[in-house]
Amino acid sequence: MSNFQFTRRGLIKAAAATGAGLAMPTIISPAFAQNQAGYTNAPAGGTVTLGFNVPQSGPYADEGADELRAYELAVEHLNGGGDGGMMNTFSSKALKGNGILGKKVEFVTGDTQTKSDAARASAKSMIEKDGAIMITGGSSSGVAVAVQALCQDAGVIFMAGLTHSNDTTGKDKRANGFRHFFNSYMSGAALAPVLEKMYGSDRKAYHLTADYNWGYTTEEAIKSSTEAIGWETVNTVKTPLTQTDFSSYIAPVLQSGADVLVLNHYGGNMVNSLTNAVQFGLREKQVNGKNFEIVVPLYSRLMAKGAGANVKGIFGSTNWHWSLTDEGSKAFVKSFGEKYGFPPSQAAHTVYCQTLLYADAAERAGTFNPCGIVEALEGYEFDGLGNGKTLYRAEDHQCFKDVLVVKGKENPTSEFDLLEVVEVTPVDQVTYAPDHPQFAGGNLGQCNPGA
Amino acid sequence: MLGLRKSDATLLLFVVAITILAPFILNPFPTNSAMAQFNGGYPDLMQRFVIFGIFAIGFNILFGLTGYLSFGHAAFLGVGSYAAIWMMKLLTMNVIPAIIISVIVAGLFSLVVGYISLRRSGIYFSILTLAFAQMSYSLAYSVLTPITGGETGLQPKNTDPRILDTLFGGGGAGGRANFFGLDMRDSYFWSVGDWSFVFNTGYYVAAILMIAAFYLSIRIFRSPFGLMLRAVKSNQQRMNYTGLNSRPYTLAAFVISGMYAGLAGGLLVAMDTQVGAERMFWTASGEVVLMAILGGAGTLIGPVLGAGFIKYFENIVSKINESILQGWFAALPDGLSDFMVAVIYPFIGKGWHLTLGLLFMLVVIFLPGGLVEGGQRIAALFRRKPKDNDGGMSAQATPAE
Repeated sequence: MSNFQFTRRGLIKAAAATGAGLAMPTIISPAFAQNQAGYTNAPAGGTVTLGFNVPQSGPYADEGADELRAYELAVEHLNGGGDGGMMNTFSSKALKGNGILGKKVEFVTGDTQTKSDAARASAKSMIEKDGAIMITGGSSSGVAVAVQALCQDAGVIFMAGLTHSNDTTGKDKRANGFRHFFNSYMSGAALAPVLEKMYGSDRKAYHLTADYNWGYTTEEAIKSSTEAIGWETVNTVKTPLTQTDFSSYIAPVLQSGADVLVLNHYGGNMVNSLTNAVQFGLREKQVNGKNFEIVVPLYSRLMAKGAGANVKGIFGSTNWHWSLTDEGSKAFVKSFGEKYGFPPSQAAHTVYCQTLLYADAAERAGTFNPCGIVEALEGYEFDGLGNGKTLYRAEDHQCFKDVLVVKGKENPTSEFDLLEVVEVTPVDQVTYAPDHPQFAGGNLGQCNPGA
Repeated sequence: MLGLRKSDATLLLFVVAITILAPFILNPFPTNSAMAQFNGGYPDLMQRFVIFGIFAIGFNILFGLTGYLSFGHAAFLGVGSYAAIWMMKLLTMNVIPAIIISVIVAGLFSLVVGYISLRRSGIYFSILTLAFAQMSYSLAYSVLTPITGGETGLQPKNTDPRILDTLFGGGGAGGRANFFGLDMRDSYFWSVGDWSFVFNTGYYVAAILMIAAFYLSIRIFRSPFGLMLRAVKSNQQRMNYTGLNSRPYTLAAFVISGMYAGLAGGLLVAMDTQVGAERMFWTASGEVVLMAILGGAGTLIGPVLGAGFIKYFENIVSKINESILQGWFAALPDGLSDFMVAVIYPFIGKGWHLTLGLLFMLVVIFLPGGLVEGGQRIAALFRRKPKDNDGGMSAQATPAE
């Protein structure tokens, strides 16, 4: 069929060319340049570059935009601009407003598109091209896990943004990665006592779960913590992530005999499923002689805004809320509000904290070397960043702090005033052993300074 | 040379020269200059250029020659990636088994998909392939989470068995993707004055494979088999009436291009040891169609150019943010600089899709033959007398779609 004519001479030539080509990397490899400082992207000159890798397009673009605002604010504060925000209330006073270790903070931004491939490409370009010493950001656990592993390999620090799945500091934890945000387990542990108090211990729960990793860990966390207070789980149903109309999933809930619906959904999914559920009149129903209730494990203000009046009276958990009245939160809300004209979201808060924590760790360690930073952050206790006393646990690089249980406000006074804090669950109640079954299977490994 | 006619040999040498010299070509601006923003010569992007080049070359064998528009090629890329990462987890971090298996698995998968999809042609074929790709994506994202890692994807871990590495002791390079001990991520930096050039191991491994893939594609284009595929494109019905069964040919083309996609997928894993299901999403399939059309479908070098063009925009333009923009226009008076920033802002950063879309429209409207046609027109300007068709840098014998 084909007339490929391989002459002997042609073949030899081709083999020689291929051989030469294959040998080329071998020839240059011994000469690999060694970084004098002993770690990747050691800052030279008077500046240090941070990489802010956030979703600027895709389903979580709103969160990404808010994160970017907070990052810019943090950089301004670190460089001594603005009113200093939470730097003034932070328990550590290592930061002096002259950048980090005397070097002016600069930043580069990238678009994760909420895709792990794109996020890694963007993070790699920050590391390889722009010389970023630390990567931070992200609005989904898939991205966080992917970028965290990349940073581990490349030898830079990763400060996770909004990622709630247990896996980030569970089975996918890495020595170079740190998470300030709370996780699914903590949501479950914080919500269960409040749910017991409000709805009693004799309830039948029905779960609708987004069919991906975060959904699974959240479902598992909520299920085990509600079953511990005596609830019965009637059924758990997976819904496709791309689903926009949940009516076909809501209808069977009524026939199941369940009296609580748990929506393990986030972002647009949650807005749609909650709206459907409320439109079906679930909340006016009486089942087993009790009022039918809906629970949303992970709440955010941006989601509450999307769901509008439907969130009224619905319980959920959140990492932080701008209506908190401690000094740190007030200072942050004030400087964010003055700069942008509206209060920050929890995503903005967590990334702002992460940036300060990184800068502070570098100051305390006296170096940008990732291993020095890991050492400075491991087991570090701090206060004044809006969540009360907080611990960066050494075993899994997860922050342990109070968790807020919130509910949709009945009478919102503005488009930002949608949630009210019902209870602040103290940190002891949400703490778990590092080898807890929901987090098992991971291995932190060794810190990697790269180069 | 190598069984090629002169013009093709020149083209191959041109591609070889470009790929070897890419670190220089892509880093034309001094490191500390304002224009350094536009330098594309860092390892990750260079790797992507050649890997997506392979993907596009393979896609072009199907689309450019037979005219069958597959809208699901990302599925083969994804399947290849998953196969490769499992090889790394189970056998060894050496990239060779990973790459070989990725090609084989993608080939088998494309055989199944092709066998079914090729029963239809035209839009029905496109929709069938799209359906298969979306099915693969959804499976990988949720149902097959134990195998694919679902949303969080797969990465090598310390706890992986890596049988061969354990057998032969460590496997070198400390658990990183390597080629017999050569770390894919190792780079040699060469500074000349203000310029800095990076020579990355992974890039050259991928580049060699791309050159091989490109050579194979030239041979296919020029073979009787390629002629058969072109016949399918020009009139499949007439071909069938002459008593020829065209399906084996189209299926072979489909499988070959699926294997190219698998090779690209395997290389992606070899360069960056991670797989996410998004790799199979329909937008990824659409992207390779854009690459082929933008560069010039049915031409030899077009898809490679298209791939480079799109990846450059995705990685460079998307990273220009407002503060960089303000830096550019800082010299202008206040009002004017604000105005310039406001005008350009929608087109940079997250607006890179918009810029790319506009450029795509311009190319399709004014250069229906893609970037290759642009090159030919420019070449024609500098040429005294019109030459015959073989003189150009591409296969003009096949008019582009």
